[in-house]
Amino acid sequence: MSAHASAGDHHAADGHGDHGHGGGHGHHNAEYPFLAHHFETPAQQFDSAKLGMWLFLVTEVLFFGALFVGYAVLRNRYPDVFKYASAYLDTTMGGINTGVLILSSLTMAMGVYFAQTGRKTALVVCLWLTMAGAAGFMVIKYFEYTHKFHVHLVWGEGFYKPVTDDGGLQAAELSSKAPVPLAPAQATMSAATVTAQQASMPAFVQMPAGEQTAIAPPAEGPSGMAPAVIDAKAAEHAADPATHGDEALHLQDASMPPNTHLFFAIYYAMTGLHGIHVLIGMGVIGWLIVRAGRGEFGPKYYTPVDLVGLYWHIVDLVWIFLFPLFYLID
Amino acid sequence: MGHAHTTSGHGHAGHDAQPLVGHLVAPWILFATGGALIVLTVITVAVRYVDLGEANLLVALAIAGLKATLVSLFFMHLRWDRPFNQLIFLSGILFVVLMMAFCLMDTSQYRDSQYVGNPAGVQAVLDKDAPNAPIAAQKSPDLP
Amino acid sequence: MTTLPARPAAPTYDTPESDNYLTHDKGILSWLLTLDHKRIGVMYTVSVLLSFLVGGIFALLVRTELLTPGRTIIDAETYNHFFTLHGAVMVFLVIIPSIPAALGNFVLPVMLGAKDVAFPRLNLFSYHLWIAGAVCTVVSLVMGSFDTGWTFYTPYSTTTTAGGVIPVIVGVFILGFSSIFTGMNFIVTVHKLRPPGMTWFRMPLFLWALYATALIQVLATPVLAITLALVAVERIANIGIFNPAMGGDPVLYQHFFWFYSHPAVYIMIVPAMGIISELIAVHSHRQIFGYRFIAFSSVAIAIFSFIVWGHHMFTSGQSSLMNTLFSAISFSVAIPSAVKIFNWICTLYKGSISLNTPMLYALAFIVLFTIGGLTGLHLATLNTDVHLHDTYFVVAHFHYVMMGSALIAMVGGLHHWWPKITGRMYNEKLGMIACTLVFIGFNVTFFTQFMLGSHGMPRRYYDYQAEFQIYHVISTIGSYIMAGGFLLTAMYLVQSLVSGKRAPANPWGGATLEWECASPPPYYNFHEAPKVGDPYDFSNLHWDERGEGYVTVKPPAAKA
Repeated sequence: MSAHASAGDHHAADGHGDHGHGGGHGHHNAEYPFLAHHFETPAQQFDSAKLGMWLFLVTEVLFFGALFVGYAVLRNRYPDVFKYASAYLDTTMGGINTGVLILSSLTMAMGVYFAQTGRKTALVVCLWLTMAGAAGFMVIKYFEYTHKFHVHLVWGEGFYKPVTDDGGLQAAELSSKAPVPLAPAQATMSAATVTAQQASMPAFVQMPAGEQTAIAPPAEGPSGMAPAVIDAKAAEHAADPATHGDEALHLQDASMPPNTHLFFAIYYAMTGLHGIHVLIGMGVIGWLIVRAGRGEFGPKYYTPVDLVGLYWHIVDLVWIFLFPLFYLID
Repeated sequence: MGHAHTTSGHGHAGHDAQPLVGHLVAPWILFATGGALIVLTVITVAVRYVDLGEANLLVALAIAGLKATLVSLFFMHLRWDRPFNQLIFLSGILFVVLMMAFCLMDTSQYRDSQYVGNPAGVQAVLDKDAPNAPIAAQKSPDLP
Repeated sequence: MTTLPARPAAPTYDTPESDNYLTHDKGILSWLLTLDHKRIGVMYTVSVLLSFLVGGIFALLVRTELLTPGRTIIDAETYNHFFTLHGAVMVFLVIIPSIPAALGNFVLPVMLGAKDVAFPRLNLFSYHLWIAGAVCTVVSLVMGSFDTGWTFYTPYSTTTTAGGVIPVIVGVFILGFSSIFTGMNFIVTVHKLRPPGMTWFRMPLFLWALYATALIQVLATPVLAITLALVAVERIANIGIFNPAMGGDPVLYQHFFWFYSHPAVYIMIVPAMGIISELIAVHSHRQIFGYRFIAFSSVAIAIFSFIVWGHHMFTSGQSSLMNTLFSAISFSVAIPSAVKIFNWICTLYKGSISLNTPMLYALAFIVLFTIGGLTGLHLATLNTDVHLHDTYFVVAHFHYVMMGSALIAMVGGLHHWWPKITGRMYNEKLGMIACTLVFIGFNVTFFTQFMLGSHGMPRRYYDYQAEFQIYHVISTIGSYIMAGGFLLTAMYLVQSLVSGKRAPANPWGGATLEWECASPPPYYNFHEAPKVGDPYDFSNLHWDERGEGYVTVKPPAAKA
């Protein structure tokens, strides 16, 4: 059909003769070996990849953004908690971490530059420097976290456990203990009230508890749900000789506001998620180092370096906000 | 399409050739941005020690916003990129702000009726381990 | 529009094309590791329809249990698990992926005139993620299932001892990423892979709808991911941000959850509306009325959907300020949807309507979506919602929009593109019977539930007062009729694969690009780059008796 020799003829060249070629991705172009079959030009492919990456970055922004919303709501509710607890975070370490990430962002951007100009060795060096920055960040973070675990500046109930004589906190204690059984609500009401209440309820509710459901009540129910439960736990804690008499380091602080554990809950959630992204970044940069070492990137094709660079800058960007919001609350 | 430059052979007078696709950002711009970011970090730490009351948060966010703008414009090449990429990045931030605004508006309405105090189990621990702390004196209204 | 060169005549097919995407490669790995969007679409379709069967079985069990007050066939605990599973399977495994991933993957590149989506490997990865999510759901069933309702409200979801909560959360997290990657793919494809001549306003409306849906998928789904991750963290580490006894806020969970889940329901309905635009225009052989209005309304709905989530929380303790705000904005989000309904009706007016199965589904959509949409306004009104929240009224409303509209549109679209996808025609008469059965069954099932709800029957209840029983019985009978209709549909569709008549390239007379390539399409979609014209200009399409399909005929005064 020679009447259609228009702009769309490209795929006649590389698509038409390939019916028996199998299900592969079809990189047939000799001049641009990286060009996929469904793209017309390298520029179209590069633009598409960039657009796709920016869309992915938007999902990352929304992902962290929801946690920022949680932070905002908690801080709005408990401004004194945030002011108080922020003092427990080491500003110096946080500041160094910020600097390290900024510098690693710079080396990553320089890496993209060297990929664009075809300087392979410089690219690999920059990628290693970025990796080193990321590793340094994680090392500092490791020290920060372990120090906090040591003095029970942790999430949830562990926050209120006094520090034991051996100076540490077992990792198992950090997670929630198996919950204690729910006390039936009727136990605290007078018998007459109970009878009167039950008389007015539909037949289903008046069935004896054992017959309402065949599922046995859990051996240990959720914690924090009934006053009787919590009192029982407190009594158990008071009776435990192992922890009796120990001082809780931060509990000694006279100005500790209620619900301070929430600060650390959101702190670990956000910095933890950020740390996971740094680790993923390290993995991806490592993969780039391998490919760059093989000489796969140059002025014609450096898209993966560019895209990983964008990812790394977002990781840096998130930390730029995390640092003042957690470490620098006055 | 827009950004396809042909490789013009080796650069001359220190001017690097444009890559086949995308935009080459000169190293001095990147180093200047990195330097500015470090300076701004120092400033943001320093401002923390100046008491501006409520404005402290705004100043901290403004500086962080400025740093974020520098990172996105120069490190992430948005300054020279297609406007649509800038638009989608901004809209992502916009939706986060939207969610935050609505949620904050909701919780702000409840400030007056907020419950302040410790859960009973926490209270017991504090009573035992930190009996003199003012925090220990804030008992839950549900307890006898 | 007036000076486009004439299109080439679509080839007629007396014998099947020897090489199409179905015959291109053989073997199971050629399917599971394919990069061809058409095969990926077919795999999604099969997976989604199987999940629909599973979710439907749960629904029938729930409805059968509700035939009598008290125990009918299962106990209360099991009932809680079943309605939860029905909801979770239908929402996350069926409706959300159905039109974008199943039909969209197949149709979008062909309709656009492209060879594939922008990122074929990411597309395949999306499908593998869907499979992983489905596997996690099965694992959660084995590990004790979950009875939290598909909404996973805290504090019950963070404290219940049901063992399947965390596996299903992991599954939904993974399914979320499947959805995100599909959305990313579609946005880039529509932006970058349009052929020469395909401007934004020459795109068919189904593509506008898929584009708007993709925007929602990319922006909203990450919030669901983090919300469920927080629930899992609460369960494991008890950090307390949703636990009031630890200073947390359960309503905060609901803000997080509905920030995704309200846009999610628009992920379900917007592409469905896109399909209806196609069905109405093609089967009434008439230029679509108000093209730009419909196109812009899709994007408007997508954006508006993000600012109304609080209407799910009117009785949860949300402040009256936000209640008022969300109620007001929810009223305005109805406007773009209504615009579409008016435009479709105007398209039908004075059209040459073919009352075939896809058109019947489209007409059903218009009726059912009108009812569903209007009852949404009942729920957006604060003073009526106080009484109707968490009753069967809500259940009926969302089934009218999710099932009566989104699913009906999906089935209609499946019938519309069936000849293109499979190269076969199904039995038209059975199609019309099945559609009628589904329509009647659906209305019997769910219209009754409006009455149940306004009389006060709460949703998700295992037991109920005797006065409600008659409504429940009628509703259950309706569900059996509907199940019969779907069963009949499945039967004749499968039968068509075996012994259906071979389909011509253009059985319905559509003017969009997918009708130019053969049925089924060749591996590379188009042998030459398609010429782009007006997607709703049917004037050059004429019925060809020989091939029993439509062919393009050059107008007499051919342009040079």
